Amino acid sequence: MSAASDTIQDAQTKRPKSYLDNGHTVASWLLTGDHKRIAMLYLISVSIFFLVGGIAAGMIRAELVMPRGVFLENDSYNKVFTIHGVVMIFFFLIPAIPAVLGNFLIPLMIGARDLAFPRLNLLSWYVYMLGGTFGILAMLFGGVDTGWTFYTPYSSLYSNSQVGLTITGGFMAGLSSIFTGINFIATIHKMRAPGMTWFRLPLYVWSHYATSIIMILGTPVIAITIALVAVERVFRIGIFSPELGGDPVLFQHLFWFYSHPAVYIMILPAMGVISELIAAFSRRAVFGYHFVAFSSLAIAGLGFLVWGHHMFVSGQSMYQGVVFSLLSFLVAIPSAIKVFNWTATIYKGSVRLQTPMIYALGFMGLFVIGGLTGLYLSSMGTDIHLHDTYFVVAHFHYVMVGGTIMGYLGGIHYWWPKMTGRMYPDRWGKLSATLVFIGFNLTFMPQFVVGYMGMPRRYHLYYLQPEFQIYHIMSTLGSSVLGLGYLMPVIYLVWSLKYGKVAPANPWGAKGLEWETSSPPPTENFLEKPIVTRPAYDYDAEADEAEFEKLVAEGDPRAYAEVGD
Amino acid sequence: MAAITAPAHDHHGPLHHQFDDLEQQNETYILGMWAFLVQEIMFFGALFVSYAIMRYKHPMDWWAAHTELDWKLAGVNTFNLLVSSFFVAMAVRNAQLKQPGKVVGWLFGVILCSLIFLVIKYFEYSLKWQHHLVPGPSFYYTGEANAGVAQTFFGLYFAMTGLHGIHVLVGLIIFVVLTGLWIARKPIVTEDYIPTEMCGLYWHFVDLVWIFLYPLFYLIPKP
Repeated sequence: MSAASDTIQDAQTKRPKSYLDNGHTVASWLLTGDHKRIAMLYLISVSIFFLVGGIAAGMIRAELVMPRGVFLENDSYNKVFTIHGVVMIFFFLIPAIPAVLGNFLIPLMIGARDLAFPRLNLLSWYVYMLGGTFGILAMLFGGVDTGWTFYTPYSSLYSNSQVGLTITGGFMAGLSSIFTGINFIATIHKMRAPGMTWFRLPLYVWSHYATSIIMILGTPVIAITIALVAVERVFRIGIFSPELGGDPVLFQHLFWFYSHPAVYIMILPAMGVISELIAAFSRRAVFGYHFVAFSSLAIAGLGFLVWGHHMFVSGQSMYQGVVFSLLSFLVAIPSAIKVFNWTATIYKGSVRLQTPMIYALGFMGLFVIGGLTGLYLSSMGTDIHLHDTYFVVAHFHYVMVGGTIMGYLGGIHYWWPKMTGRMYPDRWGKLSATLVFIGFNLTFMPQFVVGYMGMPRRYHLYYLQPEFQIYHIMSTLGSSVLGLGYLMPVIYLVWSLKYGKVAPANPWGAKGLEWETSSPPPTENFLEKPIVTRPAYDYDAEADEAEFEKLVAEGDPRAYAEVGD
Repeated sequence: MAAITAPAHDHHGPLHHQFDDLEQQNETYILGMWAFLVQEIMFFGALFVSYAIMRYKHPMDWWAAHTELDWKLAGVNTFNLLVSSFFVAMAVRNAQLKQPGKVVGWLFGVILCSLIFLVIKYFEYSLKWQHHLVPGPSFYYTGEANAGVAQTFFGLYFAMTGLHGIHVLVGLIIFVVLTGLWIARKPIVTEDYIPTEMCGLYWHFVDLVWIFLYPLFYLIPKP
């Protein structure tokens, strides 16, 4: 791979026609096969759903400020937290990193012209949008009150809210996710550039490979399971409802068989992003490449064996619980490998605290807390006390929000110049990353405490325990800061599209094939087919240092300039 | 960085722009198809697990309910599907040998078999409907089995054979399109046998699912 020698001037004079300029009609976007354009379509869609889910979150937090509630009835509160869960999980967290950043980057990173199946890729976006439409329709027609978990028999026999429409939406989102998974697996196996061996792949690609395995093996199970709930609602076929001879615990098994691995669909791609960010902003190769790569596969594999830890109080066999508890502990091993290896990568690296790095460091802090509190929940004894409390809510938000969204935003900031050809103001980026980190901790740290004290999840009244109020107020305050932190990137990133500095091909001096093509890349990604001759993360800290010393000695202002200033 | 020039692409031939050559494209297609079939197995898998648990919990009722099903009609269908799989295999073989006339002949055989399958299935379903064995408000069962378990049995029967039937229907549409492409001698199929092979893989999968469904629903031994 060539050295990062492109200057801004180079990029401007030699810039080939980018994918953004390959047609400006609406049809050129809506009928495109270009993975980069489809990624942008997904970026817009998931951002809208993030906003919808975020508004619901804001309503939940506002309602919980007062022990007797503020403005929601019991029913409407149930509907609001269900909307929050369904939208955030099925329509934001699961597609966010794979469908936006994965779509955009995987062909670029492996040196391919496109994903293996461009039409399937476009179809996945349409199916996703159709599913999203069903989800929104369900909200408009009165909402759904089962919680995102659709537990039977409530969902299949008793709830008179829009369960059918919501399930249709979830089913479609699942299909779209399966299509993405198939596409990634075929692409990563068969479309790598000459010389791009498996162990020269960026770890980002490895984590998406592991994610795709979960998508293919897990998603169909939830799809057929929630379809059966819908069938049971209509035909009363008696598979999940005990009144009809069915088994509600069977539903929970099938549901969590996917929905626990789904957590890894959310977190693994974020971990992939973090590997890239840590390496690029520490100017070092990721420590223990093979371990980090295989830990992704280990998480994907173990993830399929731990679903029973959601069901310790469901009446499943105690011995089953012991096994699930033990297996759940094992997930901590590959997770810890990743965190330790990232830390070791930073050690003696030449760290640059630019926006993506702040997000990456934030991820590490939050993920460690989220992961360790998971151990409290995977050990049966403590879980009996903590089950269905705010402790659980705080734990999975630390992993799914503190992990996935930090990774997602870090990745968006890191690859934004590549995606759009524009730089954003780094100062604002740093401020937003810091606000997100502070706001997040303020929101969810008190929930650990109030959950441990006994505040159940999915309740909006707690007037018998007025001492809980202070924690809820802290949490709501934090969520306002968090909301501001999320809003800021929307503003300055959109601003940068028109007013941002033009980005060079490789603004961060990072390694990887995606940085060797222009920003934004041409439609077929590379003007010449790349041939890979070096390992991933081929950073040379000593050469960097020498270059820096030279610039300082010459009094060159570039030595002190930060990209984006 | 060393570089080679990307080969020129003929956008009207069977090779798509994202691939370097036909070999890479074919390998990718087949891998993608297998990945799709893996997810199909998991898709049906949840139903098979539900079946296993329910039968394990109610073995006698399960056996009693199954006597309402007609194993002979379904046996004809099983044979019918096996024959169709043979036709598909021959179609793929002749596609490799680039003998379009024979391919079209075999494909017509597949279409005929899938039509026969759907017609027989239609008669089976309508008999169940007449006997009030379709779960729902009109369900009315007077046999030996517990009525609730019988309803679960028929619920799973319709869910699983219905999902399989949908796959047969999709297969029928796929094979009609494929046959049309062969009759028109479109280069996308005549110059490259992989599209035919992918349709064949799908059909073998549909066939295989039925091979499991048949004994599970129609041939239950008395426990």
